[in-house]
Amino acid sequence: MHELAITQSMLDIVLDQAEKAEAERVLAVKLSVGELSGFVEESVQFYFNFLVKGTIAEGATVSFTMVPAKARCRNCARVFKLKEFDWSCPDCGQDSIEITDGKELFVESIEVE
Amino acid sequence: MEIKVLKNILSANDEIAERNRALLDKNNVFAVNIMASPGAGKTSLILETIRRLKDKIRIGVIEGDITSSVDAEKVGKEGVPVVQINTGGGCHLDANMIQNALGNMTLEDIDLLLIENVGNLVCPAEFTIGDHKKVLVSSTPEGHDKPFKYPLMFHTVDAVLLNKIDLKPYLDFDLEIFSQAVKGINEKVEVIPISCIGGQGIERWLSWLLIQMGRKP
Ligand SMILES: Nc1nc2c(ncn2[C@@H]2O[C@H](COP(=O)(O)OP(=O)(O)O)[C@@H](O)[C@H]2O)c(=O)[nH]1
Ligand SMILES: [Mg+2]
Ligand SMILES: [Zn+2]
Repeated sequence: MHELAITQSMLDIVLDQAEKAEAERVLAVKLSVGELSGFVEESVQFYFNFLVKGTIAEGATVSFTMVPAKARCRNCARVFKLKEFDWSCPDCGQDSIEITDGKELFVESIEVE
Repeated sequence: MEIKVLKNILSANDEIAERNRALLDKNNVFAVNIMASPGAGKTSLILETIRRLKDKIRIGVIEGDITSSVDAEKVGKEGVPVVQINTGGGCHLDANMIQNALGNMTLEDIDLLLIENVGNLVCPAEFTIGDHKKVLVSSTPEGHDKPFKYPLMFHTVDAVLLNKIDLKPYLDFDLEIFSQAVKGINEKVEVIPISCIGGQGIERWLSWLLIQMGRKP
């Protein structure tokens, strides 16, 4: 998977923000990760620990908030949690949807000092 | 101290993709990002498209499939310019790779750029590269439940070409279930059953493509 490239982009954002805030150290990074994004947490932490060496983010922890996949029914507009192998709306039973949540890949916030 | 960031991790990639698209637009190149699982028929579709259109429009190809340079060689034999991208085992093409590839092409001599993405249904859906249209090749042996397994990919594309329709009599593939699932997650998508071997549906794919390019089919 592409976790190395993603982790590098994530670290670029983190260091850029930390620099703007004139921080001396980054202590923690919070990410928002959509369920549909195919993102593997373990390998991100692994690559992160490797890539931060020698930067002000060395030793920082990475935590993830998983965003569940959700969809809006095109018939009745009900928003519901996407089930596996089924698009059908719990209200009206139609199976035509628009994905609303679950694609995110965000740096939420960072903790610095 | 906590700092709110709220920044998309892929934004750096997206910015390069925007620049790629601007460069393509400036040179009047229409770019199509072709995605699929390995073996679904991306290269076959590209070859078939070149054979049928090369007298009408000038085509160029970017080959990103990791399997080898075999695909690039096949395409090169058709007499069109082709650039092979080495993803170094990567699972998708990104905007930066495309930017480099575009630097190695004479864009003024190309009307249609066909980009064969890496065989994978997860990552290519997330990485923008600067294309004008995204096409997914799904094939009948992969089964009619593919859309349920890869919702993000089916949601992202402009057309789904259901390839190997010639094999349908030998499989339990249900076209009705497949089409409904695809339309269910992507209302505007065009679903076109095709066969790169038998030729079924290829004319319909080409008309769709030419219309997207703003040309007469
Ligand atoms: N029966 C059948 N086989 C096909 C069709 N299209 C491609 N193939 C075969 O499927 C295999 C993989 O095709 P290829 O184009 O290399 O797939 P790619 O990995 O997506 O580029 C090759 O052996 C093709 O000859 C089709 O429409 N029908
Ligand atoms: Mg191929
Ligand atoms: Zn509904």
